[in-house]
Amino acid sequence: MPTAEDVKNRIEAAIPETTAEVDSPDNVHFNARVVSRAFDGVSRIEQHRMVYAAVGDELGGEIHALQLKTETP
Amino acid sequence: MTDQASNPIRDAIAEAIADNRVILFMKGTPEQPMCGFSARTSAALQSMDTQFAAVDILPDPRIRQELSALSDWPTIPQLFVDGQLVGGADIVAEMYESGELAGVLGVAQPDQEPEPVEAGDNGPVGVQSPLGIENRLS
Repeated sequence: MPTAEDVKNRIEAAIPETTAEVDSPDNVHFNARVVSRAFDGVSRIEQHRMVYAAVGDELGGEIHALQLKTETP
Repeated sequence: MTDQASNPIRDAIAEAIADNRVILFMKGTPEQPMCGFSARTSAALQSMDTQFAAVDILPDPRIRQELSALSDWPTIPQLFVDGQLVGGADIVAEMYESGELAGVLGVAQPDQEPEPVEAGDNGPVGVQSPLGIENRLS
């Protein structure tokens, strides 16, 4: 089961120039705030898709929910 | 067996998105949402002066699978307006707060905060009956 730290590392590894703050009370529900220069000029839908892709296939399965806020620095 | 040429569930989903200007795929129904994210998103829509169709994805796991394949979006809820994916719970909430959601829907921003519907409440006015996508399968 992924931890908040795992999810943070995946996001920061997959998207360049990114800082992610991730917390989870139970390793099933996650809350993430992701700030990235890579989001510049990218629609919010695509920003979320980038993060979802970074988190991986567990999203919707083992990762029950990822509450997400994306921002540019 | 996966047959690209014949995928009735995906076709039914695509048709529902095309036929309904505002359509929400959710867990449960607006009257009885089965997940907090779906509850919040449908409450935001219900506070708007707009009709929307709601599809409960829970009755058949294939609905969610095909929807996510179609929309390239992994989670539920998913809101579509004019055939386009607007977003999931977080984006809809942000757009509600900023007034963008009202803009996309072409309605005035409501004065009141949306109240998530508790199970057992009567359905609000303006919500069409949930589409039973599974019922469209022959």
